[in-house]
Amino acid sequence: MQSFDLGKEGLRALNSSLHGLKGQTNMTAWEVINPKGAHAIAAGVDAPVDITVRGSTGYYCAGMNKQATIRIKGSAGPGVAENMMSGTVIIDGDASQYAGATGRGGLLVIKGNASSRCGISMKGIDIVVHGSIGHMSCFMAQSGNMVVLGDAGEALGDSLYEARLFVRGSVKSLGADCIEKEMRPEHIALLQDLLKRGEADGKAKPEEFRRYGSARKLYNFNIDNASAY
Amino acid sequence: MCGIVGLFLKDPKLEPMLGAMLTDMLITMTDRGPDSAGIAIYSGAKDGLGKITVQSANPGQDFKDLDGDLHHAIGQPVVMLVKSTHAVLEVPLGQMEAARSALSHLRPNVKVMSAGDCIEIFKEVGLPRDVAARFEVAKMKGTHGIGHTRMATESAVTTMGAHPFSTGSDQCLVHNGSLSNHNGVRRELKRLGMTFETENDTEVGAAFISHKLQEGETLGNALEATLTDLDGFFTFVVGTKNGFGVVRDPIACKPAVMAETDQYVAFGSEYRALVNLPGIEDARVWEPEPATVYFWEH
Repeated sequence: MQSFDLGKEGLRALNSSLHGLKGQTNMTAWEVINPKGAHAIAAGVDAPVDITVRGSTGYYCAGMNKQATIRIKGSAGPGVAENMMSGTVIIDGDASQYAGATGRGGLLVIKGNASSRCGISMKGIDIVVHGSIGHMSCFMAQSGNMVVLGDAGEALGDSLYEARLFVRGSVKSLGADCIEKEMRPEHIALLQDLLKRGEADGKAKPEEFRRYGSARKLYNFNIDNASAY
Repeated sequence: MCGIVGLFLKDPKLEPMLGAMLTDMLITMTDRGPDSAGIAIYSGAKDGLGKITVQSANPGQDFKDLDGDLHHAIGQPVVMLVKSTHAVLEVPLGQMEAARSALSHLRPNVKVMSAGDCIEIFKEVGLPRDVAARFEVAKMKGTHGIGHTRMATESAVTTMGAHPFSTGSDQCLVHNGSLSNHNGVRRELKRLGMTFETENDTEVGAAFISHKLQEGETLGNALEATLTDLDGFFTFVVGTKNGFGVVRDPIACKPAVMAETDQYVAFGSEYRALVNLPGIEDARVWEPEPATVYFWEH
């Protein structure tokens, strides 16, 4: 186990050590202590390592993550796991705004609540939120899956493309072109797997969720609107 | 950007450390606002006395014999404590208006930062660390206080453009964001008799709330009204003689984190501003909801 005291050694030393890990490495377990809300902790990691951050983090923790499993034993500031490519990020507490924004792959698990704009413009990432998500979540979400065990705030999935949204609780309002869709057997199977991987299988059953998706009216060219262009 | 910090103490044992805690929080927020910094501190009223905090670009000249000159003008003794470019004048409560009126004649270049039973405001251009040192904020005690680090967007980097803004007795406001309808709201408030020192958008937010309070609204209702009448981005933190309030616009782009323990309620633009507070590990930490008013009163 590599233990790193962020208070003593500083962010740049941590991130350059982590960026030095290319491909396979024998230093697979890392612990970061004294994060104290610092920005960009373990951003840009590209190695199959396991990193545990013992405390709460500031902006952009685990941003652009590839391959790594990053655990935050506290809450995360804005933009956690932004543009994640692969790997897993697990937050024990809450996540601030735009968690998992633009994420292209991997799995983001938030065990508390996420605030506004969770999964905005997501492009393939899977996000499992044990609590609730705030307003404008999944705005222009293109692909990937969002699973919310709690409630969703206003304008869920506004201007949605092809991401699938599953919400167990209430939805305050749906955004433009986002509609409820039927749950088919393949969605139950998908949820079963996501809940398990998101460490939420003991908390909820797939049958308890509703599915939301794009009505596909906004992003397809409509000849009747030609004069507007 | 801009950074906001705030502390509302519930436990009187912390009151001697208020300035030191706020200074630490303010300096942590330097990268959100290195242009200017300011602090409003509420430090308990002395019986029968009020405080006027004034600022001058030429303190050596303007503050010389100011206490004596004011004593002569209002016929009551005035105590003056000079801190760098600012001075706190202690004036009998019944003579506050007379003192302000005399001040405008005696020292026309002096600006009034705040007036009230217990508020003091200190603000200047410069790094938060330097501003806090200049006014010895770390030595100040009090019941609650609000600090701001500014990265200017809407108006010039000047002392008067720094936050907090005070537009009513014992009232102050700091702001992260920018208002887009401030010119229209300022015109309307001027028509209703409010006065303005700057072209700054935040001063309009402060005056809007002060005007509501003047009309007899509660702090909660005044904050609620910002959500319908002010357009733009804002996280506001406001102080009154006994209270401390927070409101964010419905879009809530501007960050905000709060922490509460048995000893205090704390506000920070980011969690890292709160990390050195006592008992933060066990505090209830949350993000204030958009378009939701929060306030605490003693």
